[in-house]
Amino acid sequence: MNRILVEFAHPAIQKSRINRRLIQAVKELENVTLNDLYEKYPDFFIDVKKEQQLLLEHDIIVWHHPFYWYSAPALLKEWMDLVLVHGWAYGEHGRMLEGKTVLSVISTGGRLEVYSKEGRNRFSIQEFLVPFKQSANLCRMEYLPPFVVHGAHTISDNEISEYAENYKKALTMLRSDAVDRDRLMKAAYFNDLIE
Amino acid sequence: MYNQDFFFQALIYLLAAVVSVPLAKKLGLVSVLGYLAAGIIIGPFVLGLVGREATDVMHFAEFGVVLMLFVIGLELEPALLWKMRKSIFGLGGLQVLLTSVVIGAVALAFGFRLNRAVGIGLILALSSTAIVLQTLTEKGLIRNTAGKSAFAVLLFQDIMVVPILAIIPVLAAFNAPGNLDNTQLDKLTGVAALPGWAQLLVIIAAIAGIIFLGRFVSKHIFRFIAETNLHEVFTAMALLLVIGIALAMDAIGLSPALGTFIAGVVLADSEYRHELEATIDPFKGLLLGLFFISVGASINFMLFIEDPLRIIGYVLLLVLLKFLVLLALGRFFRLKKGYEFLFAFLLAQSSEFAFVLISFSRQSQLFEEKTGGLLLLVVTLSMALSPLLLLFNDKAVSPILARWQNKIEFDEVEAQEKPIILAGFGRFGLVVGRLLLANGFKITIIDSNPSNIEVLRKFGFKLYYGDVTRPQVLENAGIANARLLILSMAEYENALEVARYVRKKYPEVEILARAKDIFHAFEFVKLNVKTVQREMFNSGLEMGTKALEYLGFSRYEAYRSARMFKHHEEEVFMELYEHWLEDHSQFVQETRRFSEQLSETLEAEKKVSIYETDCAWDVESIREEAAATLKSK
Repeated sequence: MNRILVEFAHPAIQKSRINRRLIQAVKELENVTLNDLYEKYPDFFIDVKKEQQLLLEHDIIVWHHPFYWYSAPALLKEWMDLVLVHGWAYGEHGRMLEGKTVLSVISTGGRLEVYSKEGRNRFSIQEFLVPFKQSANLCRMEYLPPFVVHGAHTISDNEISEYAENYKKALTMLRSDAVDRDRLMKAAYFNDLIE
Repeated sequence: MYNQDFFFQALIYLLAAVVSVPLAKKLGLVSVLGYLAAGIIIGPFVLGLVGREATDVMHFAEFGVVLMLFVIGLELEPALLWKMRKSIFGLGGLQVLLTSVVIGAVALAFGFRLNRAVGIGLILALSSTAIVLQTLTEKGLIRNTAGKSAFAVLLFQDIMVVPILAIIPVLAAFNAPGNLDNTQLDKLTGVAALPGWAQLLVIIAAIAGIIFLGRFVSKHIFRFIAETNLHEVFTAMALLLVIGIALAMDAIGLSPALGTFIAGVVLADSEYRHELEATIDPFKGLLLGLFFISVGASINFMLFIEDPLRIIGYVLLLVLLKFLVLLALGRFFRLKKGYEFLFAFLLAQSSEFAFVLISFSRQSQLFEEKTGGLLLLVVTLSMALSPLLLLFNDKAVSPILARWQNKIEFDEVEAQEKPIILAGFGRFGLVVGRLLLANGFKITIIDSNPSNIEVLRKFGFKLYYGDVTRPQVLENAGIANARLLILSMAEYENALEVARYVRKKYPEVEILARAKDIFHAFEFVKLNVKTVQREMFNSGLEMGTKALEYLGFSRYEAYRSARMFKHHEEEVFMELYEHWLEDHSQFVQETRRFSEQLSETLEAEKKVSIYETDCAWDVESIREEAAATLKSK
């Protein structure tokens, strides 16, 4: 069974509608560790050694965050800057994360259609996520298609429940390696792989 | 050996002090009582190690009182003194007037003639500057309302010594009417011998002289001496200044204590203030101790043994009369709730000035030898009683008072559903409370300092007067289903007591505690209080951060260093805690605490070696790799 580490970054969880529900859905899962970064490091003073140790103890890393300015909230970026350091995560001798898998889980206000060449945001989610993808790549990790919640400001409670349920399913699938490799490579979103 | 006798005497006095004072402290008594007891023990009526010369020693040691007033003056700013003018002349004036009238009336009733009754009244109206100020300083009450009022009264009494000295010969003259002849007047010294207007002029001139000397001249002298870098010369100069003023004051018949006090106040603004204070302080302490020992040694127990009950009766009557007048004045001047008792107990004894006044009265033949001896005994015993009175106030009166007041105040506590209880709303609790209130939380604030409560109520805070160490107060505040109990009070032992009680009785209530220092924090951790905040740690850290900025760190670098240090400190804390659990079960003495804490902290800091330099954003290894790649191409 794969061990999953959810690196969760949300600076105002008390105001969140979606991410709170998503987290609720997965936090009790066996072999899933929730690492609530804003709760753990309110002063941004990240304990690098501890965080690296945590990474070593898991096989799959989830970057779970709202999509702020087409990217992650500041603390997750700080985490990347400090934890994924040269000589440890990447570089000639930095191979500690080699072979692990990364999944981005994001929530965004825009609907799917605004994330297209013709849409308001002009680029697709995958295009915006390139820095994350390449970061994983540089650390010799596999980067999966993202799990995305679109239309965060307008979706109904039922839809949120559905997303939460799917998130749980996604992690359960990843945990037991029950993902079809071929479909995985073709899929645009991880959401598409869930029945 | 030359002067063997002197050194033997010194040995006896010092030994007595060194043995008795720590003992008194251990028993929780003020050092004055220790000194007095030491004096009684070495005095002629117990061991007889010192004899009649104790009185001479006492006169010498009275200089300690003079030094004390100088030091107190140094700590007072003139502006503060001006603010106190109402208490000095109003409260002090009324105290001397009323107490003399009451005691005089009682003396009259005991069959003394009017002139003697007036003399007795005036002499006994004064309270002991030495005992009270020593007590105030030791107990940290000097800034407290009761303490300040007591100080104001003492100041006025010091001023009154001068006119009383002048009045005594006049009173004595009434013993044999028509006897007020020139020989009598000749005995008057200094100012008292002059007509009224001239007295005033001399006093004004003397005070102006001190102010001029302190303001304009002393600065240059001190600078000149300080530049020599010879510390002992500075000490000599400081003593010279005080002794000079004391002698000058004595020569014109003013109280030396008053003179040096004024000099102290004048120098309170000078840049040499701290140096002066540090220099004079040991002399002051030793001389005061000597003074109290000699008072103890000079108690004439023969008079006491002749008729102990009568003497005890007199002492109690004196203290009671003074106490009642003071209590009434405390009420009249609206001292804060509960403080009028402290105020009255503080000042209920007689003064060391009484010794001077009584011996002067004997010389002036106002009293015969016997009355004088009796008065001396009563005065001394009332002084010896003084620490016991305060003990009585602490242990018996104020708890009852607090209970009584709680009954009234606590009716107002609104029963909150799940109250957040904040115990202690001083400098520390105020910050905690304000943050919670700003975030819309209703809190139940309990404080045991009534003066805080009145001010804060004015600003709309909901506060309750109460002593949280009393279970009833906690119950009323709703501890049983409290969300939080925040112990932010500065009564450190009490806070521990409360934590212990609540942990036992309501284990589910979350406790947050303010700790004095690391040892105090350990006690809380041991009680399983998880959130313990050392009161000085964070502000010290903030200050250190600022210092790093001034030393050239970028602001963020300074910030990170401080954070790193703080996290590191948490580990050091746990390391020390384990250590403490093992071998510090016994009580660590207060004075040793800080140095011990320091050395242990530094020791543990060496062991916990996480204090590496910050490696974040370090590009060294990337640069090396990049350079190697370039080369291989």
